[in-house]
Amino acid sequence: MPGSPTERAGAARRDWWPFALVAPLILFLAAGFLIPVLMMLSRGVTDHELASAWPETAQALRGWDGAGLPDETVVPILAAEIVGARKAGHLNLVANRLNYDRVGSRSLVYRTADALEGGAPARSFADLARIDPRWSEAGQWASMRQAAGPLTSFYLLASLDRRLSPQGAVERVEAEQAVFVDILLRTFKISAVVALLCALLGYPVAYLLATLPPRLANPLLILVLLPFWTSALVRTTAWVVLLQSEGVLNGFLIGAGLIEAPLPLIYNRLGVYIAMTHVLLPFLVLPLYGVMKGISPVEMRAASSLGAGPVAAFLKIYLPQTLPGLAAGMIIVFTLALGYYITPALVGGGADQMVSGSIAFYTNQTLNWGMAAALSLLLLLPLGLMLFAGRYLARTVPA
Amino acid sequence: MRRLAAAFRLATLGVALLAATGCTGEREPRPLTVVGWGGSSQEAHRRAYWDSFTRRTGVRLQEDSWHGGVGVIRTKVLGGDTSWDVVQVETEDLILGCEEGLFEPIEWAALSGRDAFIPAAVHDCGVGAMLWSYLIGWDGDRIAGPGPRSWADFWDVRRFPGRRGMRRTPKYTLEFALMADGVPPAEVYEVLRTPAGVDRAFRKLEELKPNIVWWSSISQVPDLLGSGEVAMSVTSPGRLIVANRSEGRNFRVSWDGNIYAVDYWVVLSNSPRKAEAAQLLRHMTAPENQMRLPRFIPTGLTSRRAGELIDPRLRLDTPSDPRNMTNALELDASFWVEYGDQLTQRFNAWVSH
Repeated sequence: MPGSPTERAGAARRDWWPFALVAPLILFLAAGFLIPVLMMLSRGVTDHELASAWPETAQALRGWDGAGLPDETVVPILAAEIVGARKAGHLNLVANRLNYDRVGSRSLVYRTADALEGGAPARSFADLARIDPRWSEAGQWASMRQAAGPLTSFYLLASLDRRLSPQGAVERVEAEQAVFVDILLRTFKISAVVALLCALLGYPVAYLLATLPPRLANPLLILVLLPFWTSALVRTTAWVVLLQSEGVLNGFLIGAGLIEAPLPLIYNRLGVYIAMTHVLLPFLVLPLYGVMKGISPVEMRAASSLGAGPVAAFLKIYLPQTLPGLAAGMIIVFTLALGYYITPALVGGGADQMVSGSIAFYTNQTLNWGMAAALSLLLLLPLGLMLFAGRYLARTVPA
Repeated sequence: MRRLAAAFRLATLGVALLAATGCTGEREPRPLTVVGWGGSSQEAHRRAYWDSFTRRTGVRLQEDSWHGGVGVIRTKVLGGDTSWDVVQVETEDLILGCEEGLFEPIEWAALSGRDAFIPAAVHDCGVGAMLWSYLIGWDGDRIAGPGPRSWADFWDVRRFPGRRGMRRTPKYTLEFALMADGVPPAEVYEVLRTPAGVDRAFRKLEELKPNIVWWSSISQVPDLLGSGEVAMSVTSPGRLIVANRSEGRNFRVSWDGNIYAVDYWVVLSNSPRKAEAAQLLRHMTAPENQMRLPRFIPTGLTSRRAGELIDPRLRLDTPSDPRNMTNALELDASFWVEYGDQLTQRFNAWVSH
């Protein structure tokens, strides 16, 4: 406890210095990582396409209570803004956004733009309905009202296979369109199983590395690290060669007369578990090895000299001390596994795809960044919980 | 410390040099810029068209490559970046970009008229660059005899035992399912535009589902077929033909019910060199030039006359040969622009269960 004021000032200086030293790193992380990530994630809860392309229409829709059709004064405003947005090159943004919610909205908007540019009148709902009857459907306007922003629950609800009904209640999407809840649960299950498999396989390896003399341990450590230096694609393809029905393993088993028909080892869940466990194993072995290196062999000898059998000594003395390393390794593996999608795409079947695959699909292919951001948010929340659990676990374990 | 200062001076010099060259590059008019898909297809275009274009006209060409996506072009045109002139685009991008006014309308009279091309190659904003297709492929060393002849055969696991490779996307897959269910190619999209038709396609896929191996990249197909992992697969013929030529394989394909699509050349609406761009389009679509393309890449041609002039040995493998197009279906890109989001979602849900 610092006593005198000068000591306290000295302590304050000492507290301040480390922060100054890491300030460049913090600024770098904030500018290069944190802010872009937050900006991307914010797309999952905001809706700006309609409001930026049709600002006055958005204003009018926000003032409407959502029952039946909006006030007819919105029609000429919308018509003027459709034509204006097309000239400015923004019409595609709002057309695509509306199409996410109601299929056909894209062509509806463009057909209307064509008609308006061709001189069709648009003063009333009847005029719009003459261009396309869908303009007289209440659902179309309700969907536009939900897209008027600035905040939206559309993407988050869609990521949970839910949506808002025209009356504003949360409802499930049709069973045939429901996909994300399944994929999210599956992602967590696959990651947990892979973390468990890595723990079962990695624990003895780490123990062996930690107890062997360095002369033998170092070459083995290099073998553990070797997969790090091979591209993930090459490793995955190697598993295809080994596991396919006319592959090395099945060929051997059939040749040895152990089985008659090839075992289905790949393009299913088993293949995903095998390939992912292989790729992620070093991430468990290394932290565990570090912790095990710190445990003095004297303790085990002391336990046995005090009368504990090998099993009791391991369970009471050794295992508890390795738990922080095990927890750290499993959390790293679990976290990395959550983000996998190339490996499942190459060695998994249709029912083994993980949520990052959907995120990549929306990011790269359909450019629906709202969906990509919402799915990322859902992936991020349990991850935060996981890290807290890890800290709690590390604290309760005797050091 | 002195060494550090020297290194710093060198770095400054380098930056200054870079800036200087950058500036002079801006001042000189840049060469006409043509943008392709990179890799072997760009190489083929260079050898078939671009080298001879510069030789004949004296117009210098500069190449770039991209991976598609109308967003890239939208950003360039709306952002005032005029660095691209002629670009090779897929049908979906052609439709979207044309709607948004990103492309220059094609002057068909200068390209000897719309009738000089196969119908799929003609669009207000683009002229067909090449034609490619998806169809049934198999290994002739594993399936003896004539092999599968139709999508119904592809679905028939009793006559042709073994698994089936298919691309994990609803595009192509739903169309194939309807053809297997007896829908004639000409009516496939009509049926698919109705909810009952979509249900029908998924019901038909359900029959084959236990036997399907889904692939995500076309490069997996020769391995899947060659290793016997699948008995037959949806594929584009090019990969298999190349493997037959270069590795002595015996892959075979059935053209019946193939789905074909065209890649297009477009001129960006903000191109500062539209006259030379039009000249390049004329050069690339002239029959005597286009007939050379299949020598470099097994692809279909868009000019009718070029299809007749083609080397007879290459003709059988060409997707645009009339014999290969008798029972074929043209990919309806506008259908996928409209329904893609919804059907992909349903397809992913279906594949997951």
